Amino acid sequence: MKHLDRLENQSIYIIREAYSQFKKVAMLWSIGKDSTTLLWLARKAFYGKLPFPVMHLDTGYKFKEIYEFRDKYAKEWGLDLIVSKNQKALDRGVSPTKGKLECCTELKTNALKEAIAQGAFRALYLGIRRDEHGIRAKERYFSPRDEDFEWNYKEQPPELWDQYKTKAKDEEHIRVHPLLGWREIDVWQYIRREDIPIVRLYFAQGGKRYRSIGCETCCNPVESTADTIDKIIEELKTSKVSERSGRAQDKESAYMMQKLRSLGYM
Amino acid sequence: MKSDVNALKFVIVGHVDHGKSTLIGRLFFDTDSLSADKMEEVKAASKDLGRQTEFAFLLDHLREEREQGITIDTAQTFFKTKKREYVIIDAPGHREFVKNMITGASQAEAAVLIIDVDQGVQEQTRRHAYILAMLGLEQVIVILNKMDLVGFSKDKFEQVRTEAEKFLQSINIKAKFYIPVSAIKGDNVAKRSKNMKWYDGLTVLESLDALQNRVSAENKAPVMPVQDIYKIGEKRIIAGRIEAGVIKKGQKVKILPSGEDTEVKSIEKFLQKTDKSVAGESTGITTSTPAFLERGNIICAGDGQPTLTDSFRANIFWMARENFDKEQKITLRCATQEISCKIEKIVKRMDSSTLEVIEEDAATLKPLEVGEVLIKTKRAVAIKRFNDLEELGRFVLVKNENTCAGGIITEV
Repeated sequence: MKHLDRLENQSIYIIREAYSQFKKVAMLWSIGKDSTTLLWLARKAFYGKLPFPVMHLDTGYKFKEIYEFRDKYAKEWGLDLIVSKNQKALDRGVSPTKGKLECCTELKTNALKEAIAQGAFRALYLGIRRDEHGIRAKERYFSPRDEDFEWNYKEQPPELWDQYKTKAKDEEHIRVHPLLGWREIDVWQYIRREDIPIVRLYFAQGGKRYRSIGCETCCNPVESTADTIDKIIEELKTSKVSERSGRAQDKESAYMMQKLRSLGYM
Repeated sequence: MKSDVNALKFVIVGHVDHGKSTLIGRLFFDTDSLSADKMEEVKAASKDLGRQTEFAFLLDHLREEREQGITIDTAQTFFKTKKREYVIIDAPGHREFVKNMITGASQAEAAVLIIDVDQGVQEQTRRHAYILAMLGLEQVIVILNKMDLVGFSKDKFEQVRTEAEKFLQSINIKAKFYIPVSAIKGDNVAKRSKNMKWYDGLTVLESLDALQNRVSAENKAPVMPVQDIYKIGEKRIIAGRIEAGVIKKGQKVKILPSGEDTEVKSIEKFLQKTDKSVAGESTGITTSTPAFLERGNIICAGDGQPTLTDSFRANIFWMARENFDKEQKITLRCATQEISCKIEKIVKRMDSSTLEVIEEDAATLKPLEVGEVLIKTKRAVAIKRFNDLEELGRFVLVKNENTCAGGIITEV
């Protein structure tokens, strides 16, 4: 079995496993390349029709291309879309200029808390990958969060032979990470192979492109002339810059990602 | 590099401070696999703690790991040689984090066992080696590290090599290579050592390139554990992953445990027409008869079908923090089968490092002990010996929502 097939089959197994065990599940869709790939895999796992909702955490600071893409494909793929926005925090004036830890925590983590409570979800699919960040490299495929959303990274459950943490206490929820073993280049090669639609922010315009997307306020484009998927793949083969180098929230201070994640961030 | 060459996953194990993280850092460094900002981050974090640049920080990313200079949890990362790509699975060497080591090692196809040549075989060297044997990892490279501390002495290398070989033989591991290395200085990692002209074997990179990807179970009799049933339009699709063999349209199959016979009417993949699915594939089938099916059933065919039984012999590794008392009920999970069971007898209770038998016919298993046990399940399960088919020959035991033990089936 070839490399991409191996990854695809493993991810589909995990997606089906989580649904079979938890039923009350939802998928986080940031509209970025990873979660769109995840969504594509879920469509394959369930023969085109997702048996659970897809959730977009809308901070209000996203690129307009993201909103357009979301609405177009939510319709085309018949998604049950939940848009979750922490309007109270926005009204209070929470913004990235006033502190990124607070901004990410309020507009993403707390918006997510609210949505999980409302939907009574037991498990959430996320498109994070080990090669994105050293902290994410420590993750499990099935990773529990307690009632305060905390990730107990010092005491993670054993995970062997595709036997996952599929039993959880009522107050916990499980983060399911079907793409954990994929690398950035695998995602792009799979997008090319499957012809998955992707937001055009990833493709170079005027000598720059976004390698990782999120809020317009906290994403910086990288120097690049890669305006096609083929060129992006070629670029990644030689690049010495890491993927999230343009993401401000990872960098505000040392261990920022660990702090964010231990509070329930993705 | 050809894109159809699969990445090879290997785990680095060994006693604490024998140099696992340093070796990983060296592999990255010498194969030029580090991004500039990653290196900057490691340099800055090392400096903050008032230390020289710590290679270990490349994987030890948790603040607690860096401050205390230990690895708490397993991590996975990537590098490549001219021949192929690799996934390195780092595993903690401390006794307290053995379950994290098992999590890492269970996902590997090969292992590097690292031994400090100055200290020789230690408690975690032996325990980790035993876990490799239990997990069925046959490809093992032994690295004798810190050769610089013993003046690159051939005699010292031979002495520790003999000691390691003797222990590994006792648990049926035949290491493919023994390599004298100084990870910190780079001797025999990517480059041949000028300090050890007496050694004419492979470097670490060459030995990794000599490993094989795990062979798929495609040539065995077909086995497909049922994962779920979907109703899609008029179709009832039985979803699952093929764990062995090939399943084809029109094939006669048997459903266990009911023993009912049916036929594969179609193979179902989204937007894809196909008449077969092979080992490793997550797929779906429909059946020609309305046979009763549910999660945990095993679809099989041909010779050497799984054995349907409610009792079998196994070796289990107890990794929970609490003792296990054999009167307690516990849940067994093997592939998608899940059932309540009892440990009827703990034939032997063993120390997982020395492998000494602590007690025969024991009543309790303690953390990090290995038990040779007889298991009785509430109803029959479809299983095989681990040596015949890993996917139906291994299981976990779950108590209070937690995985407490891993086990392999030795006799059915």
